[in-house]
Amino acid sequence: MSILVNKFTRVLVQGITGKEGSFHATQCKAYGTQVVAGVTPGKAGQEVEGIPVFNTVRDAVQKTQCDTSLIFVPPAFAADAILEAADAGIRLIVCITEGIPVNDMVRVKRALRDRDVRLIGPNCPGIITADECKIGIMPGFIHKKGRVGVISRSGTLTYEAVNQLTTLGLGETTCIGIGGDPIIGTGYVDLLAMFEKDPETEAVVMIGEIGGDAEEKAAAFIKQDIRKPVIGFIAGITAPPGRRMGHAGAIITGGKGMAAEKMAVLEDAGVIVVRNTAEIGKTAQDALSPRGSV
Amino acid sequence: MNIHEFQAKQLFAQFGIPVPIGREIKTLLAAEKWAAKLNAPVYVVKAQIHAGGRGKAGGVKLTKNGAEVPALAKELLGRTLVTHQTGPKGRKVRRLLIEEGAGIAKELYLSLLLDRDSGWPVFIASTEGGMEIEEVAAKSPEKVLKEPIDPAVGYQGYNGRNLAYGLGLPALEPTIMGPFITMLGNLYRLFMEKNASLIEINPLVITQDKKLMALDGKVSIDDNALFKHPDFQAMRDLHEEEPLEIEATNNNLNYVKLDGNIGCMVNGAGLAMATMDVIKLAGSEPANFLDVGGGATKETVAAGFRILLKDRNVKGIFINIFGGIVRCERIAHGVIESAKEVAIKIPVVVRLQGTNAEEGRKLLQESGLKIEAATDLWEAAQKIVALTGKKRKKVEATAS
Repeated sequence: MSILVNKFTRVLVQGITGKEGSFHATQCKAYGTQVVAGVTPGKAGQEVEGIPVFNTVRDAVQKTQCDTSLIFVPPAFAADAILEAADAGIRLIVCITEGIPVNDMVRVKRALRDRDVRLIGPNCPGIITADECKIGIMPGFIHKKGRVGVISRSGTLTYEAVNQLTTLGLGETTCIGIGGDPIIGTGYVDLLAMFEKDPETEAVVMIGEIGGDAEEKAAAFIKQDIRKPVIGFIAGITAPPGRRMGHAGAIITGGKGMAAEKMAVLEDAGVIVVRNTAEIGKTAQDALSPRGSV
Repeated sequence: MNIHEFQAKQLFAQFGIPVPIGREIKTLLAAEKWAAKLNAPVYVVKAQIHAGGRGKAGGVKLTKNGAEVPALAKELLGRTLVTHQTGPKGRKVRRLLIEEGAGIAKELYLSLLLDRDSGWPVFIASTEGGMEIEEVAAKSPEKVLKEPIDPAVGYQGYNGRNLAYGLGLPALEPTIMGPFITMLGNLYRLFMEKNASLIEINPLVITQDKKLMALDGKVSIDDNALFKHPDFQAMRDLHEEEPLEIEATNNNLNYVKLDGNIGCMVNGAGLAMATMDVIKLAGSEPANFLDVGGGATKETVAAGFRILLKDRNVKGIFINIFGGIVRCERIAHGVIESAKEVAIKIPVVVRLQGTNAEEGRKLLQESGLKIEAATDLWEAAQKIVALTGKKRKKVEATAS
C-alpha cells in the first residue's frame, strides 16, 4: 500500500514537449511510472519517447484514460493548465511550476474547492511511491520501498531526508513535496490522515519551514488524530524576519511563522522534533525501534 | 517587491482611494518650490525609505509655516534613519514625500492581505489606528476585525457593511459609511488588478471635515506577478536593496545577506535554510542564504563564489549540494574552476551527496586545491566551523 499514487496510476504530462517536460516525462517513465499521455497545444500527433501528445487534456483523457496530471507549464499559463486538467476529470494534479502569481492560485484554489480533484503543489518536487511510481522531478534512485511516509515543503531538503531513511534501511512508502508557495493545493493535514490509514506506513517525517501556520495547523491535528510516530523538522531557525528565503512562502511576517515557535507547537503535540538536519533519518529509526532496544 | 509610500499613494489615487495632496521631492530647491505651490495650512515632510517606524525615528516633520519646509527637508535628506525595521545600520534618506497635513478626528487601521490557509484575501480593520496591528492583536484581539473576501465573486457591499458596523462607524461619523464601503471595494480592485500581496493603510483617518483619507500607505507587490506589470519596474528603488543581493538577482541566484562569518552556497531553498541552521548548531553563524537553484551550473557556482567573497565578513565557505538532476561532478568542476579563477584564500568545505557524489569528491581531492570534500552533512559543518573559528559574529562592519 501507499497513498495517492501507485503502479496503476496513469499519468499525463502537461507541457511535455518543453525542455523540462520532455526530460522529466522520460525520467518518470524510466522509473516505471505509467506515463500514458502528454499535452502541448498544437503538438498533437507527435510523440515524446513513445508517449503520444495531444492538443487538449480532454482529448488525452478520452484516448488514454489518464487519471493524474504532472504539470511543467510556465508560470504565466500554469493556472490555465491546472483548471484545464480539473475540468477534464483528472483526479490528481501535481504542479511542479515555480513562480505562479499568487492571485492566479487564489482563483484556482477557489475553483477546485467544490470539485472532486486534488492538487499537489505548485512549486514542488512532486510525489513518489518508492519502486512503483514517480510523478515529479526527484531523483528516483535515492528512494527505496519501506516504512516511512514523507511530507515536505521543500525539494532538495526532502531528498536529504529520504537519502538518510534509505541509507539506514528504513525506506519510504510515499513521499510528497507539498510546495513552497503561500497557496498550495494540499497541506499536511490531509496527507497525515492518509498516512495514518495506510497500513504500510509506520511513521511520518514532516519537513516544514518558516512562514505561514501550516505546521501549527498540522500540530493541532496530530494531537487529536494521529497515533503513528511523527518526526518533525523545521528549516529556518537562523532566518531573519521579513526576508523571503527562496520559497515564496518562506517568510516571517509580523512576528509570525518563526521556526522556534513551530518546533515548540509540534513538540507540544507529541511530534519528535529534530534540530539537526543530519539526524532526521536516525531519529526516525529510533522512533521505530521497539522500546528499550535502541 | 516593496514600493515607497509616495508610490503607494499614487496607486491609491489611481484607484479612487483618497490621499493628501503631495509630491515626491529629491532636492531642497524642489522642496521650496513645491511648498510655495502647495500653500497648505499644515505641511508634512516624510522620509521615504522601505521601512516602518519612521515617525518614531524622527523621519516625519510637521510645520504650519511653508517657509520652514526647505529647512526640514534639509534635515532629512541625506540623513541615515534607524528604525526598528531597518536594523542598526539604518537607511539613507534620498527622497521625501511633502504633502498637505490633515486635521485628524479619528485614526483607523485598515489592511488587505492574503490568508494563506484559506487562500482568500482578507481585510483587517481596527479602531486602533496609528498603532502596530500586531501590538493591538496581542493586547486586545477583540479590536481586530477580519473580513474574508470570496475570490469567486469578489468584494461585496455586505463585506463593507460588516466592517463598517464592526468598527462602529455610524456612531463615529454616519456620513462616512458610504465612502468607506466604496473605498474598500476600490482597495480590493487594486489588490487583485495590481497583484498586491499586502496593502496597509495605517492610519486611515476621518478628518475634521468628515472625509476619509489614507495618511500612510504600504503596498507590496507579488514578485511572481511582476511580469504582468512592466510599469512596476520603474518603481524599484535599488538604493533600498543590498548591493550583493542585486548582483545575485542579476545572476539568477537567490541570496539574502546575514551577519555571520560562514558563507554558504546550497542547491534548493529548504536545504539552504537547513544548512544555515546546521552551521549555527555547529557553533558558528551563517553569513548568508544562497540558493543556486535546481539547475546549478558551472557559471552559477562561479557567480555564487564571487558574491560570497565580496562579503568581507566571510571567513570560510561551506558548499552543500544534494545532486538530483544536478550532477555532483559538474558542480565539482565548477567549484574547481572558479576557485582557481578567484584564488580563494579562505577555507572551503564542499559536501556532495546524491547523483555522482563519489566522482565529484574525487575531482576535488585530486584538484590540488585546499578544498575539503565531505559526505556527511554534520561532519562537514563541524569541519568548516573548526577551520573558520567559532562565533565571530559581526566581527567588522559590512562594507557597502
